[in-house]
Amino acid sequence: MKASLFALALGLGLLAAPALGADTKILIQNFTFTPTHLEVKSGTTVIFKNEDDIPHSVVAVDGSFHSRALDTDDQVSLTLTKPGDFAYYCGLHPHMQGKITVLP
Amino acid sequence: MQEKNETEPSRRHVLECMIWAGTGVLWTVSGGIPKSLGLLGEADAAQAQSAFTFLQISDSHIGFNKAANPHALDTLKEAIGKIEALPAKPALMIHTGDITHLSRADQFDDAAQIIGGTGLDVHYVPGEHDLVDEGNGKAYLDRYGKGTKGAGWYAFDQNGVHFIALVNVVNLKAGGLGNLGAEQLAWLADDLRDKPASTPIVVFAHIPLWTVYADWGWGTDDGAEVLKLLRRFGSVTVLNGHIHQIIQKIEGNMTFHTARSTAFPQPVPGTAPAPGPMTVPADRLPHMLGLTRVDVSIGSKPLAITDTTLAD
Repeated sequence: MKASLFALALGLGLLAAPALGADTKILIQNFTFTPTHLEVKSGTTVIFKNEDDIPHSVVAVDGSFHSRALDTDDQVSLTLTKPGDFAYYCGLHPHMQGKITVLP
Repeated sequence: MQEKNETEPSRRHVLECMIWAGTGVLWTVSGGIPKSLGLLGEADAAQAQSAFTFLQISDSHIGFNKAANPHALDTLKEAIGKIEALPAKPALMIHTGDITHLSRADQFDDAAQIIGGTGLDVHYVPGEHDLVDEGNGKAYLDRYGKGTKGAGWYAFDQNGVHFIALVNVVNLKAGGLGNLGAEQLAWLADDLRDKPASTPIVVFAHIPLWTVYADWGWGTDDGAEVLKLLRRFGSVTVLNGHIHQIIQKIEGNMTFHTARSTAFPQPVPGTAPAPGPMTVPADRLPHMLGLTRVDVSIGSKPLAITDTTLAD
């Protein structure tokens, strides 16, 4: 894990850079990453927030990122700098999958 | 009344399952086909006949405190209380995983204190909730890994029954189900190689080893490999947790059974948008949590499985 790529968002997730819009947040609801497919510009910080009553995690398919288990209302942020598709899934419930397309 | 089939010993080995609402699963091994018995009196009868009895509890989720059950620790204690009150002490207990909710040290400590309080010989397998510590499973293995292989799998014998504990919650692949992996399967093949086909087998793991509902991840990708290795045995009982409800099926000499949770119920497959904790009216909750007893009899009689809820 590269520490520079992400930061645990405890308490500061919503204070991320002002230019970011609502579409940089991915909510985990009903065992689904919403939106399941997101497009962002390189350098965008994406916040994953778990709104389920069960823990989830965010794991990159390529192994480049592995969040801790997010309990209810916990969140984690990830800054994406590499253009292309970032595919991820839940490490506890791997049928939950999502994709972020990073534009240059 | 309890069904007897001593007259057809070679046909099937029966696992009978009695249901206590809300506690755990009590298993009796006495010949072939799993059977649910609804009354405690029937459970007692099965227990009296059997050579030995073991218990299954599952999905304690110590630390869970959401709407579906804000008192998961108390319902676990209630289940343990029922176990301690049993007239005949079971030979052992298995825990089919998700001991804790978040793999925290204090949650494992509570487990040791409450479940350990039974004084029973308890055999664990991890659920995915037990491996989310910073060390990705180190906390579990530090406590329960002694004498196990790999991610925590092992086998042991009790009164002629061969018990196999499998781990299918590590190295989960994107889009996949539960996973055992080549190393564990090779170990299992080796473990079974010299066992006579007449050896009764009880295999347990957290996620169901057969596909209950793939859309919710309720199955094991390479579970069929296990079943292939077990096919030649005359009596195979497969016990799982994870789905927080009883689902049972019989296929040839194999009996499959999932146990209730002691913490919270989950929806019947396909009846809800997602498999998350299901909130039911407070008076219904004790009917949906439970434990399982298995009675194992000598010779060719079937295993009798009895589920009991906290309401019984």
